Amino acid sequence: MSVMPHLKSPSATAAVLELVDVVKRYPGDPPVEALRGVSLTVREGEMLAILGRSGSGKSTLLHVMGTLDTPDEGIVRVAGYDTSALSDRQLSALRARHIGFVFQQFFLLDGMSVLDNAADGLLYTGLPLHERRAAAREALERVGLGHRLQHRPAQLSGGERQRVAIARAVVNRPAVILADEPTGNLDSASGAALIELLRELHDEGATIAVITHDRDIAAAAPRRVEIDDGRIVLDTRLAA
Amino acid sequence: MIRGAALAASRIHPAELLRLGSMGLRTRRLRAALSALGIAIGIAAMVAVLGVSESSRANLIAQLNQLGTNLLTATPGNTFLGQTAVLPHEAPATIGRLTSVQAVSSTAVVQGVTVRRTDQIPPTNTSGISVRWTDTSLLRTLNGSVYRGQWLNDASAHYPAAVLGWVAAQRLGVVDLEQPTQVYLGNRWFTVVGVLQSLPLAPEIDRSVLIGLPVAQAEFLAEDAPDTVYVRSDPDRVLQTRDLLPRAANPAHPEEVNVSRPSDALAARAAAQAAFTSLFVGLGAVALLVGGVGIANVMVISVLERRSEIGLRRALGATRRLVAVQFLAESLLLSLLGGVGGVAMGAAATAVYAQLQGLPAVVPPIAMVGGLAAALGVGAVAGLYPANRAARLSPTEALRTV
Repeated sequence: MSVMPHLKSPSATAAVLELVDVVKRYPGDPPVEALRGVSLTVREGEMLAILGRSGSGKSTLLHVMGTLDTPDEGIVRVAGYDTSALSDRQLSALRARHIGFVFQQFFLLDGMSVLDNAADGLLYTGLPLHERRAAAREALERVGLGHRLQHRPAQLSGGERQRVAIARAVVNRPAVILADEPTGNLDSASGAALIELLRELHDEGATIAVITHDRDIAAAAPRRVEIDDGRIVLDTRLAA
Repeated sequence: MIRGAALAASRIHPAELLRLGSMGLRTRRLRAALSALGIAIGIAAMVAVLGVSESSRANLIAQLNQLGTNLLTATPGNTFLGQTAVLPHEAPATIGRLTSVQAVSSTAVVQGVTVRRTDQIPPTNTSGISVRWTDTSLLRTLNGSVYRGQWLNDASAHYPAAVLGWVAAQRLGVVDLEQPTQVYLGNRWFTVVGVLQSLPLAPEIDRSVLIGLPVAQAEFLAEDAPDTVYVRSDPDRVLQTRDLLPRAANPAHPEEVNVSRPSDALAARAAAQAAFTSLFVGLGAVALLVGGVGIANVMVISVLERRSEIGLRRALGATRRLVAVQFLAESLLLSLLGGVGGVAMGAAATAVYAQLQGLPAVVPPIAMVGGLAAALGVGAVAGLYPANRAARLSPTEALRTV
């Protein structure tokens, strides 16, 4: 605890994400253990980078953290909910309201405008379209795309597309944003700008976990978790 | 910790369902249009078949109503020994005594006499037209009308005057009576005084040249025993009249009298058409089925292509059910599109056909409602498997892009 004097004491901020001895196996002969007892706590307002080589289990970790996949052993708590006790419907509700995802491939829908793509972040909360659009406009203005609302995703650059995806992830004010290689499909300049945007969101209070294999990007995060062969091998917090 | 707090379930605003369901169609318009066309052709075939048959049935029924179902005919049957019987010449008079009978007329073929356009044509060339003598009351009993000229009256019945049935006039090439027209009957000229409209209930009159009984007896020594007696009955007592007719026509040998109701033939035609209709509707249903397979096909492809969208939606908080609902809505929308188009096409085809045939255009409402319902049913069934498949896809698998 003495290495992070700038942080409030852990008890003061709530854990938004908590993994305890999580094991995930994929069937096969022999079965592959993608996660071998991972314990990790992410507190409100934290920004961390999860660093690992390809095949180290970091994607599986993100899926388990985001409740897209269920662990074979261990406990995953998201926003205080023990996910092992939740049904598929309840897990979906948890994702709809408490988790925002950003993917390497953006996953924007070409049939809709930028505004409606961002508004999809609120689709499954049951809000009517005009309310979702209002929130999406605000989020897009925040990521610097207020002038691109009616464009189609195909008309945007890669960096802009990823910003739309970030707007979609933050539009429902999630407890945690999970970003999976968000700069993986971007050139270095747009990648750096994107990391800067994530840092700004973090400064404004968002809780963000970025998965990456790029040490430079990991260096930008106040907390760095390294994973190798399904285990956490390093967990450091840097002084700001 | 907020452990235990109730988690508000994932749901979508009801108004979003249409938007969500139409999204896939809007991005792939040609494909959507083609697969909807498959359904549309099936529905159009069914609606058009029902519409066309209903239109011609409506026409037949209108004809029946106009002609009346209270016309009966009495004809000689066979004797006990199998020879052709003869109706007594007083049969019309005895039948006329029945209280349920409103009008009686008799007619008979004048044996051995043929009609020809001129005397240059050999007498054996009859063109399938017979020469009949008839009462002057025949036209009234049959509810018939004159197309050109006039009907026989008590005066012209004594003179060589002839009235042509509709088919007879056509076969003899008599178009109008602007010029005095004559036909050669047997061995002398008769003047054509009139042409009758077609008589659907008495096709044998359509194919006859009609002359009065007095002139037939004078010129051709015709017998006065009728071979057909037309009876117009009280509409409410048709069956009763039919039962009484044999004894009234030939009290000595009622078993030698055949009685028929010509409108039964028309009614049978209407019924036969209904049988054909179900056959064609069956063919339309096959087309609809093929259209449904097309929609299922397109939906399966859509699910395969949109794996990452499914993964994204699951990440955004869609439950399996909401994913299934989205694809089902898309399939239903596609089939509804086809259904509406098909009903419109079928109704238009019916209208065109009816216009060309001079029939009243009737598209039964049940065909339109049924067509839409069938389309939606097919869409639901076709969408069920792809939607279920989309819902079963695990989010991580869906998000894994190749």
